[in-house]
Amino acid sequence: MAAFILRRLWQMIPTLAGVILLVFFLFNWVGGDPALVLAGKVADPATVENIRRQLGVDQPYWVQLLIFVKQVFTFDFGRSWSTNEEVSNVILTRIGPTLTIMVPVMVIGSTLAVLFAVLVAYVRGTLTDRAVMIATTTAMSVSFLVYIIVFQWLFGFRLGFFPVQGWTDDFWTNLARYAPLPIILAVLVGLAPELRLYRSFFLEELNQDYVRTARAKGLSEQRVLLRHVLRNALIPILTNIGIYLPGLFVGSFLLEVFFAIPGLGREIIGAVNRSDFPVIKAVTVYLAIFTMIVNLVVDVAYRLVDPRVKFK
Amino acid sequence: MSTPIATAGDLLAEAGATAQSPGLWVLAWRRLRRDRVAMVSLAVVALFVAVMLASWLGLVARNWSAEVGVSYAPPTFFAGDVVAPRRASAARDAAAVAAPDAQPVDISDVDPLASRYAEWRERAARIQSVQSYPAPTLPFGGDKWGRDVLQKTIKGSEVSITVGLVAALLAVLVGAALGAAAGYWGGRVDDVCEWFYNVFTSIPYILLILAFAAVLSRGLGTIILILGLTGWTGVYRLMRAEYIKHSGREYVRAAQAIGASHFARMFRHILPNTAHVMLVQFSQHVVQFIKAEVILSFLGLGVPVGMVSWGTMLAEAQEELVTGKWWQLVAAGLAMAVLVTAVSLLTDAMRDALDPKLR
Repeated sequence: MAAFILRRLWQMIPTLAGVILLVFFLFNWVGGDPALVLAGKVADPATVENIRRQLGVDQPYWVQLLIFVKQVFTFDFGRSWSTNEEVSNVILTRIGPTLTIMVPVMVIGSTLAVLFAVLVAYVRGTLTDRAVMIATTTAMSVSFLVYIIVFQWLFGFRLGFFPVQGWTDDFWTNLARYAPLPIILAVLVGLAPELRLYRSFFLEELNQDYVRTARAKGLSEQRVLLRHVLRNALIPILTNIGIYLPGLFVGSFLLEVFFAIPGLGREIIGAVNRSDFPVIKAVTVYLAIFTMIVNLVVDVAYRLVDPRVKFK
Repeated sequence: MSTPIATAGDLLAEAGATAQSPGLWVLAWRRLRRDRVAMVSLAVVALFVAVMLASWLGLVARNWSAEVGVSYAPPTFFAGDVVAPRRASAARDAAAVAAPDAQPVDISDVDPLASRYAEWRERAARIQSVQSYPAPTLPFGGDKWGRDVLQKTIKGSEVSITVGLVAALLAVLVGAALGAAAGYWGGRVDDVCEWFYNVFTSIPYILLILAFAAVLSRGLGTIILILGLTGWTGVYRLMRAEYIKHSGREYVRAAQAIGASHFARMFRHILPNTAHVMLVQFSQHVVQFIKAEVILSFLGLGVPVGMVSWGTMLAEAQEELVTGKWWQLVAAGLAMAVLVTAVSLLTDAMRDALDPKLR
């Protein structure tokens, strides 16, 4: 197993190099001269030149690339171009609010989706099953934007069950007062696609031979589903959750924008609008690294859970 | 609906008559024709595309930006009571305008301009003038500037559908080209393509889109480029698997034996056999990209200010809803939901029709 992990880590190097090259290509090449943006509309050449020197963009490309690589490995991306805040500080302070929303969403959403998927798989082929499938198709075709706008208006503004938006420095106040509406919203909207996916995992397992054997032994349908099918279907389900884990840190940027949550997602949107490249560069590279590590962990866990999968 | 037995009989009869068995596409089309949901979806999609083309050619919604109604004119079917008083006041205004024509006191003997009044009146009469009032209600309501929401929705479909179709086409072309190269050649080419794939998939998708959006200028072409260049990975994966599967098959080796070039084998022989995968993928990506365009435009990363898309309409609707102006939200949201549902159902039906084993 150690050999497997080592080999996978070794294979990560070219991918990481690719990510760094891609980000460098986008922001240092395609992005144009940042000094012209930063210096403002009427800038004298001396100011522009000064900013260029400060940012290091007057250097040849290979020097800039070296600087970028050094930044990645020293965790020091310098300061934000627009707020002058340290990039590491930006990321560390914005991650808390994002996770306050997204961790409950992940836990509650996945639990509910698995629960409902088992129920729907139990009544598969019936009218209920078809009705649920039609309902999810319809629910998935409405834009997330529409859901947010309507929910925020209805439950926040009209009915006043929750504050329309807001955030404090206190974690528990946030969780009890400001987080519930975005969490409920994200859980409900995420339910339809997850339910469909997990249902298909269950149906796939139901065609397996061991299910027929379990039935032949005379087990009840509930027991077959909960003891046999659920356990086996959890493998693809957990893989799926693993895939979405890195997205947790970006959070649902739309939720953060609408509910004024000072999280990472809103920060990235702001950075895109302000052309604040250091923040986007840092988040992109680190999330890519995190994704690769999560993929490795999922693969290892997959092999630990399922002895049929060999370490190759 | 005809029974399967009768259809099989039809097929046999037809095959006997023409001595030629129907191809994959003909069979798939026949299966699709029997699917009522698919036919309704197809009709809805065709309607949307027809309206979008008509708008593009300037046949409908050409004056979408004209301020034809009062600010936030309510939908006609919703606010019947608003109509009457407005009409009355309009009539009163018209009467007031008409009144000065009748001159009660004759002062022509002291008026130095008296001799010219007749000429002026005649010249004025030659100018056709129409008194126009902003409509108090509009078929589907109006926005802040009194523009017709129905026309905005039609005009907005232009951006949304164009982005969906063209970006999906780009993504499928890029994915298919890379997938074909990787699957057919294997070896070094495959390694390079896999490297590209790993790099693109290791960055969370939404972050990848935002990173591209950060460095490129705003505009319709840019959104298409961003979505196409970031969305090819799924197609690549499937097409690579298809090409690996097909490149070892007998018909490809037979083609090689009769001297077909690599290019001919890749695109003349294998590509048609993977076309159904591309079609289904294309359709799925259209849905995905229409949804993405709406969100990008909402965030201000999409279409420029002078254009209307369903995303910019939703952005306006967010503020309007607080004051009870719900029609723009409903119009844009509904138009998108109906289109996306139709394309999704059509995609499922197409997949079933093209690959009956999957059912």
